Amino acid sequence: MMAVRGANWASRAAHRGAGTVAGGQIGLKIAPDLLASLAVGRTVVLVSGTNGKTTTTALIAAGWGGDVASNTTGANMPAGHVAALVRDRTGRVVLETDEAWLGDVMTATQPKVVVLLNLSRDQLDRANEVRRIAERWRAAIAALGSATIVVANANDPLVVYAACDAPNVRWCDVPTPWRADAQSCPRCTLAIDYDVAGWRCACGFAKPTDLTTSLDGPLRVAGQTLELALGVPGVFNEANAAMALSALREVGSDLQDALQRVNAVSTVAGRFSVRTWRGRRVRLLLAKNPAGFEALLWTLGPGDDDVWIAINAHLADGHDPSWLYDVAFETLRGRTVWCLGERRLDLATRLAYADVSVKVVDDLEQLPVSEEPVTLFANYTAFSEWLERSTPC
Amino acid sequence: MLTIASLLPDLLGTYGDAGNALVLASRARARGISIELLEMRRDDELPEASLYFMGGGEDGPQRLACEVLRASSLGARVRDGANVFAVCAGLQILGQHFSVEGDDEFTGLGLVDIATRRGTTRSVGDICVQVGDHLLVGFENHGGVTTLGEGVRALGDVRNGRGNDGVVDGFRAGTMWATYAHGPVLAQNPWLADELLATVLGEDVEPLSSVADLLYEERCRVLSPHSSFEVRRKDPH
Repeated sequence: MMAVRGANWASRAAHRGAGTVAGGQIGLKIAPDLLASLAVGRTVVLVSGTNGKTTTTALIAAGWGGDVASNTTGANMPAGHVAALVRDRTGRVVLETDEAWLGDVMTATQPKVVVLLNLSRDQLDRANEVRRIAERWRAAIAALGSATIVVANANDPLVVYAACDAPNVRWCDVPTPWRADAQSCPRCTLAIDYDVAGWRCACGFAKPTDLTTSLDGPLRVAGQTLELALGVPGVFNEANAAMALSALREVGSDLQDALQRVNAVSTVAGRFSVRTWRGRRVRLLLAKNPAGFEALLWTLGPGDDDVWIAINAHLADGHDPSWLYDVAFETLRGRTVWCLGERRLDLATRLAYADVSVKVVDDLEQLPVSEEPVTLFANYTAFSEWLERSTPC
Repeated sequence: MLTIASLLPDLLGTYGDAGNALVLASRARARGISIELLEMRRDDELPEASLYFMGGGEDGPQRLACEVLRASSLGARVRDGANVFAVCAGLQILGQHFSVEGDDEFTGLGLVDIATRRGTTRSVGDICVQVGDHLLVGFENHGGVTTLGEGVRALGDVRNGRGNDGVVDGFRAGTMWATYAHGPVLAQNPWLADELLATVLGEDVEPLSSVADLLYEERCRVLSPHSSFEVRRKDPH
């Protein structure tokens, strides 16, 4: 353990990153089964999916109450998990887990609960195809013992495909508007039909009917009604909170107490927070793939206020910004968008073809000074830059 | 009135491929050409159009799209002179056969004499292709290796990336155009959008300047620093 702590310290001293992953990587080299041995005897909850991982993990950690070990810095691969488990030796653990690593991390940590949020196109240059992730999840989940409970989104056919052979599953009926990646059946490739009641394929694959959690009205988890009054915005966060509370039920939390703590969360790793930059209040939103971006665009109020958007294409962002054409930016017509980040010309071209007025910002000095708050959408590394550049209000 | 149609965007549209029809329609309208932009979803009849767009897709949806199009009148329309612009999986579907889901061979539409097998590695990254005097810049993400039949002309020569086979990319066959540069390749290459538009219209189009020109210059600089006559002429450095 000293080696891990030492490397974390060395990493921080060398000003490289937040000092979490470097230590974990060295740790994994020293003992390949380090993650497994660190997880022994602890109650582990894993959270995976394309969108909402970080927020749902934070809501579970908050809702659980007291001391909870968690990879709050977003380092969601085994190196980050090892670092989180070394940092905090408490018996309660919730880990955000990269979709591609979920199988390995399940094997190592033998979780009590696995939360599967959703699957949609994201960084396809790294993950290639969404359906391969669903297949890998399915194989790993089918191998689970009955001691693990899978909390899964019943409205996402790819998630249901992955989870339906789990020995122990709790289905959650939560809003899932993005359907573009599940138009054809993951089981047989025929067309999936959607209507208000759910979805089904001619082959018989359909939305599960034994629902533990529902959110068409007040949130209900296993028969209990819970009054959501979240501090984080958007319908997508109501879905995240519903799944967080469903997971907390499975680790024995009192749901009304957990609800109060979940409602009190207002910012997660800087997301949704209002910060100050050069005297201007900036609301920072992390938008890194089409489904997530569209959900966040809906949180913009009516009006014609300017919007700032920053797009990079580093490894963590995905090198291919083609996904900008999958986002319905037409909803921004009537506003002016200030285009920032290394791929600002890709963004400006996309927006111009959506008939949205654009300004390309080559130098931050060009950004207007104003008393009015502004909303900034940024993808992964651009978001980190803005978090660093700005200060709390 | 020019009618263009996106084919099965619900199945073939993984990488923002809908951008291509959007870009072509937008550049036509900017020149005062009236455009009707249609979509054929999987339960629709094939609409009558002068130009059809085909996008990329994952294995299962690609196979389904091929079945739907085989049962449609697309082949007859192409033989009657309709134009097709296809990327990635769309390119593969137009050919004799392709491989998905392991090495199972699947029969394509057979509208062009090309064949695609699964390569040993996946090709993911920026692609740069010399097409006549122009560079085509974009991004590819596919596992296919495509062989052109005798007499089928490639779209261009690969400078960067893999394209069909590491040597050439795509094809031009009759009224069909295809490239492995997926997604909004017409957005990154305004010259290609205009060449396609001019071909479909049967007449030259006026130059049109937009922010897309800056994007194209930037991508050419990044992907091929010293090779483009077009770019060198505009950039004194």
